[in-house]
Amino acid sequence: MPNTMETDVTRPAGTPQAPSTPKSDFIKVSGFNFFYGKKQALFDINMEIPERQVTAFIGPSGCGKSTLLRNFNRMNDLIDGTRHEGDITIGGRSIYDPKIEIISLRRSIGMVFQKSNPFPKSIYENIVYSLRIAGQRNRRVLDEAVERSLRGAALWDEVKDRLNESALGLSGGQMQRLCIARAIANNPEVLLMDEPCSALDPIATAKVEELIHALKKDFTIVIVTHNMQQATRCSDHTAFFYLGKLIEFDATQKIFSNPSQKKTEDYITGRFG
Amino acid sequence: MTTLQEQRPAVPNSGPRPTRRLPDLFRILCWVAAIATVATLAWLIGEIVRQSWPAISKFGFSFVSEAKWIPSRDQFGVLPFIVGTALSSLIALLLAFPLGLAIAIFLSEDFLPLPVRQVVRFTVEMLAAIPSVVYGLWGIVVLVPMMNEFGRWAVKAFKGVPVLDTLFHAPAYGNSLLTASLVLALMILPTLTAISRSALVAVPATLREGSYALGATRWETIFRVLLPTAAPGVVAATILALGRAMGETMAVAMLIGNSPRLTFSLVSPSGTLASLLANQFGEASDLQINALMYAALLLMALTLFVNIAGELVLRYTQRRTAGIR
Ligand SMILES: Nc1ncnc2c1ncn2[C@@H]1O[C@H](COP(=O)(O)OP(=O)(O)O)[C@@H](O)[C@H]1O
Ligand SMILES: [Mg+2]
Repeated sequence: MPNTMETDVTRPAGTPQAPSTPKSDFIKVSGFNFFYGKKQALFDINMEIPERQVTAFIGPSGCGKSTLLRNFNRMNDLIDGTRHEGDITIGGRSIYDPKIEIISLRRSIGMVFQKSNPFPKSIYENIVYSLRIAGQRNRRVLDEAVERSLRGAALWDEVKDRLNESALGLSGGQMQRLCIARAIANNPEVLLMDEPCSALDPIATAKVEELIHALKKDFTIVIVTHNMQQATRCSDHTAFFYLGKLIEFDATQKIFSNPSQKKTEDYITGRFG
Repeated sequence: MTTLQEQRPAVPNSGPRPTRRLPDLFRILCWVAAIATVATLAWLIGEIVRQSWPAISKFGFSFVSEAKWIPSRDQFGVLPFIVGTALSSLIALLLAFPLGLAIAIFLSEDFLPLPVRQVVRFTVEMLAAIPSVVYGLWGIVVLVPMMNEFGRWAVKAFKGVPVLDTLFHAPAYGNSLLTASLVLALMILPTLTAISRSALVAVPATLREGSYALGATRWETIFRVLLPTAAPGVVAATILALGRAMGETMAVAMLIGNSPRLTFSLVSPSGTLASLLANQFGEASDLQINALMYAALLLMALTLFVNIAGELVLRYTQRRTAGIR
């Protein structure tokens, strides 16, 4: 396959670069329990997710991967009757710190969903959505963000001549890359992806995987995946969840070649799940 | 890995055919019903055209552009009634639109607990079930005295103020264009609310999530994502409500004052095409009947046009939201 990847995901001039030594505990989950009403979905999760690397969450359906991911940007707050115990810090600050506004938390974390969800607006307006709601009006800044994010999402060449056309006219794979571009437009620190390829064909999937690989230079990426090949292909660390518990968390290579837990081995060898 | 397609049960489409005779009979009945419907409509329009023909050939376009309606002298021009129809329905829309949209938003969001929303929704939809004549009676008893006071006050208050002087001009009465518009607004509220609400509810939840995840507040999400996505549905609701307001007869005839004088004053008696027909048909004869039929033809053309436009937009909306799912 031709390499269509663009690797210059550069931040705009003036944006301070993240410190050169990445933290190994950029996202830190400690003693975390989570409840949907009376139903407990996560049990005593403890983990440290390293900065600017790709961490994959794997495990059978319903084991709580999405639940944990959606706690990182507090999307679960939108659901009535949810509650948590324990803490999550990102970049050293608790996401539950009452001084942190949930809005600014979500602005610093991009999220890509299982099903691409472009707004019924132009490609351009989709990308600049987060900037517009942040009050950015300067056309040059917006233009620049559009080009940078689309290049970052390896979509620029395909859409640069039709930025003002509806995003709904794109193909499925393009829509998902548009959603990735939209998620990184405001320079978040973290990029959360919940089975971003599950609705895509193999070619589109390969493109997104290449993209993930390129994006980890700038973002701390957490990806939920059902697909173990995908986890091996694009992640540095893998966390295996089972029934709401974190069973094993290690380097991806270690998890898939020499897991220390019997459960993990059973799962990756396809004995259940 | 399972995909959506795999989980979907196969649709059985070619099982053994049921006995032929019953479906045949049923199909014939369907055809008869369909043809009867179209034939009735054609007959109705044909009859109205036939009856209005003398007036059409006598007055031609001047029927629409003349502002004189004097049956005793065989002078017929419906301009005042066209203006009355347009003004009353537009004012009704102007009043009902913000309210209807606001209610639709509140009903589709979870600002209020579900039981409260259900009560509000039921109440608004009940407004559609109240017979027109009851609105008229309520208007006569409650609104007319109030609007009488208001009209007199407004005429004095706005005397000499540009624009407002025309809109609130003497003579002011309780039975007026504004009184009719107020009741019309109430009558079209359910249409506006119900269709706008369903358009908002039909916006896929993934768009709402996408917006929140980008750091949008609830109001930003409503105004920048939900409303624009639902916009064609809201437009359709508006057009259908306009059609309803233009054709509404009984309540308007009871409240508008039925004056054939051309006026732009909202506090003065006026008339609409529908109220003109309701008021005069009983005692009309000869050319007046033809003229009223001509007016009916105009009214029908207007409401038909508006309703078809509304339907088309509504259909377009459904296709569009289906596309995002
Ligand atoms: N909105 C919700 N309300 C109640 N229970 C939920 C909700 N979302 C998920 N759950 C439950 O929480 C558990 C974990 O779900 P989820 O995090 O979606 O799993 P995964 O992403 O690993 O498939 C499941 O048992 C699921 O039924
Ligand atoms: Mg999930």
